[in-house]
Amino acid sequence: MRHTIGCGSLSRCLTPLVAGSAALLLVTACSGGSDDAANSEGPIKVGSILDETGPLNIYGEAMADATELAIKDINENGGVLGRQLDLVSYDAQSDNAKYTQYASQAAQKDQVAVLMGGVTSAAREAVRPIADRTETLYFYNEQYEGGVCDRNTFNTGVVPSQQLAALVPYAIENFGENVYVIAADYNYGQISAEWVKQYAEEAGGSVVGTEFIPLESSDFGAVINNLQSTKPDVVVSLLVGGNHIAFYRQFASAGLSDAMKIVSPTFGLGNEQVVLSNEAEGITVAFPYLQEISADENETFLEQWYAEYGDDYPYVTDSAVAVWNGWHLWAKAANSADSIEREQVIETLESGTTFEGPGGTVTMDGPSHHVTQNITIAEANGAKGFEVLSTEEAVPPSFEQDVCDLISEPETNEQFTP
Amino acid sequence: MQSDELANLAISLLTTVSILVVISIGLAVVFGMMGVINLAHGEFLMLGAFFTLSGQRAGLNIWLAMLVAALGVGVVGLAVERLLVQFLYGRLAATMLATWGLSLILVQTVVLIYGPTTQGIPTPLGSMKIGGYSVSEYNLVLIAAAISLLGLVYWVFTRTRYGTMARAVTQLPNMAASLGINAKGVNMLTFGFGAMLAGAGGALLAPVAGVVPGMGQAYVGRAFMTVIVGGPGVLTGTASSAGLLGSVDSIVSNLTTSFLGTAALLVVAIVLLRVLPTGISGRTGRQL
Repeated sequence: MRHTIGCGSLSRCLTPLVAGSAALLLVTACSGGSDDAANSEGPIKVGSILDETGPLNIYGEAMADATELAIKDINENGGVLGRQLDLVSYDAQSDNAKYTQYASQAAQKDQVAVLMGGVTSAAREAVRPIADRTETLYFYNEQYEGGVCDRNTFNTGVVPSQQLAALVPYAIENFGENVYVIAADYNYGQISAEWVKQYAEEAGGSVVGTEFIPLESSDFGAVINNLQSTKPDVVVSLLVGGNHIAFYRQFASAGLSDAMKIVSPTFGLGNEQVVLSNEAEGITVAFPYLQEISADENETFLEQWYAEYGDDYPYVTDSAVAVWNGWHLWAKAANSADSIEREQVIETLESGTTFEGPGGTVTMDGPSHHVTQNITIAEANGAKGFEVLSTEEAVPPSFEQDVCDLISEPETNEQFTP
Repeated sequence: MQSDELANLAISLLTTVSILVVISIGLAVVFGMMGVINLAHGEFLMLGAFFTLSGQRAGLNIWLAMLVAALGVGVVGLAVERLLVQFLYGRLAATMLATWGLSLILVQTVVLIYGPTTQGIPTPLGSMKIGGYSVSEYNLVLIAAAISLLGLVYWVFTRTRYGTMARAVTQLPNMAASLGINAKGVNMLTFGFGAMLAGAGGALLAPVAGVVPGMGQAYVGRAFMTVIVGGPGVLTGTASSAGLLGSVDSIVSNLTTSFLGTAALLVVAIVLLRVLPTGISGRTGRQL
C-alpha cells in the first residue's frame, strides 16, 4: 500500500469510516502512528522523500519509480521478516525546507523503520541531522561528492573516488593530457573539480582551465570561446541539471566534437543522451549502472521495470539503480539480522551486506558506510544510449575508506573533503 | 589580438546581447506599456519552447514550428489577460502574486503533459570556420532574430493603428477613453502581443537550451534585470540595457571565466540602478 502525506486528503481518512470494514489499516495510518511500528506485527512502515515535482524531478522521478518498484519486488519475494513493507512516500517538490518537514514527519509521526531519499547534497544535509536526532536509519541513494561519515547514514550512490578515479586516467591515457574542467557552481561541482585536478596530476595530465557555471545559466558562448583558445584534449564536464544540457548542444553546434573529447561523471543522470541523441556521440561516462550492461540481473531488472512503467520509459538511470540497491541492501540486512531495529541492522550492514544489483555485485563497505561496486566506462552512441567500453569490478570507495572508520570510531559525524 | 579571435569575440558578444533581447522584449512590452509585472514571463518563454518542440514533433519545419509557437503563446497570453490580469490592473502586488501563481500552474501543467525530463531540439544549421575558430551558424540566426523582433515592436507601435492607440492608452488613459478608444481591448492586445514576443523568445532558445518545464526560472531573472535597467522605454530601454549588460557579461566572460562575467553583469546592473533609478530610458519618459 502506498499513501502520500498521511491524511493529506480528507476523503482518504473518511473512506474507511464510510466503508465501515477493513478500516483498521487506514485508521492506523491516519491516527498518527502512535504504536511503535518497529515492534508490532503487520506491515513495516518505511519512508521515502524525493523530488517528484519541481526542477529536480528530472532526477527524482526515476528515483521515485525505482523506490516503488523495489518495495514491490521485496514484498513479492516475501517482504522483510515475513512482513510486507508499507511505503510512506513524500514529494519534497525540489524544496529543501520540505525535506526538513517531511523527514520529521516520517521519523516521528510515521515512525518508519528506515528512511531513504534526498536528491541533492543539500537535501541530504537537511534530512541527515533529523534522522540522527530521531535515531531513524537513513539511506542516501544518489551519486554525490563523497565523504559523508555518519553511523546512521548509508550511501549507495557512486562517489568521485570511484567514478573520477576511473574516468580521468582513462581520458588522459586515451585522449591527451590537457584537461579543462567545466563544473556546476555548488558543492558537488566545486569538490569534484578538486578531485579531477588530483586524479589528472596522478595520471600525468594537467588541468589547463576550470570554470564554474551557475545552475541557472544556459549561455555557454564564452565557455565555448575559451575552449577554442585553450584547445584542451579533454573537457571534463561536471555540469548538472536541465539548463546545463545547453552546453553539449552548443559544443556540438560550434563543431568542437572533433577537436576535443568530453568526459563526464554526470552526463546521463538527467537522460542527456536521450535529449541530445546524435549531438552527444562520443561523450565518455563512467557509472556503476548503465542500461546496456549485459548481466542476467540487469535483464530481469529491466523486464520488471518495463512491465511496471511501460516500454517507452526513456532510460533507466544510475540514480534509479542506486535507489533499488539501497532498498534491497536494507531488506537483506534486516532479514539476516532477523530484526528491523536500527542498531542490529547497522551492525549487519557494517559486516558487509552484499546484493546482486543490475549493475553487478554491490557490497556495503562496513567502516565507511559506502558501497564497493563495479564501474563501467561507456561512450554515448548517438542513438540515445551508450556503448560499454570496459568494466572495472569491485571498485572500493577509496577516499571514504581512508578518512572514515565508523566501526572503530562510531561517534564520527562529518563530511570529509579532499 | 588576431582578427579571427576578434570576429569570434564579436559574434559571441552579439549572441549574448541577442539572447538578452529575445528573452526580455516581451516582458518590456507588458511592463513598459501596461506597467504590469508579469512573474509568469519565464513560463511564457518555456511555453514557446515546448510549443516549438510539439510543432517539430508533429512534422513541421523548425522555423515554421517557431512561428506557430510564438502565435500559440500569444493566444495563451490573450486568455490569461481575459481570465486573470484584467481584473488586477493598477494593483501591483495582486498582479505579481497572481502571475506568480500562474507560473506555478503553467510549470506543473507542462510537467503533467510532457513529463519532467529535459527534452530538446537539435540545433539547426551547422558550424562555420572563422580562422582558427568555429562558430555555430545558429548564433547568427539569433542575432538576426533579435534585430527583427526589435524592428517588429517598432513597426507595431509606430506604424499601426493599434500601436498608436496602445501608446495613447499608456500615456493618458482617460483622454484615450474619452476619444473613444476601447482601453480594455487595447490592453488585451498589448498583453497578448507581449506574450507572443515571449513565446518567440522561448522558441528561439529551444534549440540552444534544454527544454524543461523549469527552464523559465533560468531566464526570468535576467529578463527582469534587463527590463528594469532599461527603464520604461520599450525599445530604447531594452536595446540599450541588453547591449550594455550583454557586452559586459560577454567581454568579462571571454577574458576571464563565465562566473566572473555573471558577477560583472550584476555589479553593473546595481551601479546603474543606483545612478539611474528609473533605468537608462527613465529620463526620456514613457516613449518607445
